[in-house]
Amino acid sequence: MMQVETALALDTLGLPITPERLLDIQGLAKSFGGVRALNDVSFSLGRGEILGLIGPNGSGKTTSFNVLTGLYRPDGGKILFDGADITGNSPQAVYRAGIARTFQRSRLCLELSIFDNIMVGNHARLNHGLMFNLFQRKAFRLEVESALAEATELAASFSPNLAAAMFEPVGALPMIERRRIEICRALISRPKLLLLDEPSAGMTHDETHQLMDDILAVRERQGGLSIIIIEHEMGVIERVSDHCVVLNYGEKIAEGSYQDIASDRLVQEAYLGSEVGR
Amino acid sequence: MNQLFSRMPPLAAAALAALLAFVFAVVFMEQESDVAVISLLALGAVAAWGAGRVGLSRRVSAAAATRPGAVAALGGAVALGLLAVFAEDHFPLLMLSTVMLYATVALGLNVQFGYTGVVNFAGAAFFGIGAYTAAELVGRTALPPILVLPLGGLIAAVVGLVLVVPVVRTRGHYAAVVTIAFSVLFKTFLEVNDTLGGPQGLSVAPLSLFGWSFGEGPEILGISASFYLNYALAALAVLALAFVMVRRLERSWIGLSLDAVRLDETASACYGIGIRRSKILAFVVGNLVIGTAGALYGSMLGYIAPTSFTFSDSLILVAIVLLGGMGSPWGTVFAAAIVVILPEKLQAIQEYRFLLFSVVVMAILLFRPEGLLPRAVRRYMPAPKEVAR
Repeated sequence: MMQVETALALDTLGLPITPERLLDIQGLAKSFGGVRALNDVSFSLGRGEILGLIGPNGSGKTTSFNVLTGLYRPDGGKILFDGADITGNSPQAVYRAGIARTFQRSRLCLELSIFDNIMVGNHARLNHGLMFNLFQRKAFRLEVESALAEATELAASFSPNLAAAMFEPVGALPMIERRRIEICRALISRPKLLLLDEPSAGMTHDETHQLMDDILAVRERQGGLSIIIIEHEMGVIERVSDHCVVLNYGEKIAEGSYQDIASDRLVQEAYLGSEVGR
Repeated sequence: MNQLFSRMPPLAAAALAALLAFVFAVVFMEQESDVAVISLLALGAVAAWGAGRVGLSRRVSAAAATRPGAVAALGGAVALGLLAVFAEDHFPLLMLSTVMLYATVALGLNVQFGYTGVVNFAGAAFFGIGAYTAAELVGRTALPPILVLPLGGLIAAVVGLVLVVPVVRTRGHYAAVVTIAFSVLFKTFLEVNDTLGGPQGLSVAPLSLFGWSFGEGPEILGISASFYLNYALAALAVLALAFVMVRRLERSWIGLSLDAVRLDETASACYGIGIRRSKILAFVVGNLVIGTAGALYGSMLGYIAPTSFTFSDSLILVAIVLLGGMGSPWGTVFAAAIVVILPEKLQAIQEYRFLLFSVVVMAILLFRPEGLLPRAVRRYMPAPKEVAR
């Protein structure tokens, strides 16, 4: 469904954001003290597109996720998402707009069950009214049952073990299962944009590929989910991304298909170092 | 050995455990000498260990998961049974009522830091606000207790709003310091405030309900019961209501949000959970429960003074939550019973109770951080039968 009512935001040229462009980042800047973590970074993402965000350590990848999701307030620039200006919005508002993310270092609630953790991600679709939760227990029960069925189905598409243990605490599970739960948590609310921050961290090569296959399968079923993926494993980026953005020292140094950026001299210098300097 | 109880229907196991607990409590409450009390404690500890060995505990937890309502009803029945046994005796009834009210307060604290991670070292202050509210209202107005009690809670919650900004904006140690300061300030405020009786305190007129004064013992089946029976029944009603509401809160999407805020604020924010909103909700709901219990406590004692609501009392309340298990309602009730009754029964430790509780709390945090009766994984609805294998 398209949102017709909301006034379309205008891009830098004064033109309405076209529906094909889901996300438009313009001149984003963020400094911490004297360090420029992001400096005039611009890129955009089409609907249904997968964008690989790469760069050496400390190049500003995770910072751009944190600015995008409202954890950091940008010092300059604009973020247009799905026809609305979300620059400087709170993390909660960004989530409600339809952006869900995973974290580089797994951020699950280890004491809580698998179901609980997935339901954290479903916040926007659950009824949080005090009356509903405390007094309309029959209606609440129905909502739990349908949410449980949905979460179990989603978990099953990643691992049957997860689906069979929805009420077991997450803390007892191995890394790969936790990563899957984190992705289920991000996908359950059917976001328009999924931000994956290094899904391969702490996993083997095969596990990562399996995970990416599962994500792509769910994406297929949900239809048209766009993804931005931060990844160091270039095999993953080559396989899944439609196009790539390369950051270095907080600046965008290259953009294009994986083949383009892989042969880019600046990119090679950024990764391998150079005597000439920039 | 393990076979003995593992085939028993869970609910029957729970009923058996309730019966054993009831008998134990009756015998325990009747002991006078330190030696008898200590022997019984040892017996109780061995019995609890034995119940684990023969599989009784597992069956009881299964019953709590599959039939939570029935298990709660059993708990209520045990409490009613105890009140009936001691209907004529002032002191045991006063003790049981105090247990129930402290348990209620600890349930409120549980919402605050057991679930949400909002520390509150001013539990006794909010308890006191409820009590002083009752003192003022019962003496000057003819409000029925059914209104006095929730008003006590309401005033406590409203006064608590003073602390909302610092408590919500600070984390961990800082929030703890803010509530400690409030706790100390509250006692000083009472001591210098002449309209509230100053250091001498206030007397509280007995509650009355439709002409039935709580100050007189009712005649039931030819037995002239202690007037404390009125308060004990009211305390049981307050505890039952708080218990049901806290459980419902825990087993709801709101309870999940509160847990998520405690465990990871950043992830919670990225999934739309309002951090401030959750903390304020927990703080206000917790103080509401605490103040309600305080209003009844004040009326029951008939006389309240600043020394009843000190920082040390707040620490005792926090100790109850830690001892029982963070977020565990059954653990909270159990721990309240231990913390209130033990010093009364064991004259030897009375003077050293703060020292003893400090040691116990440290031991719990070191060796069993999940508490005596650890909180079970959240089930939004009764678990299906096959879980109770």
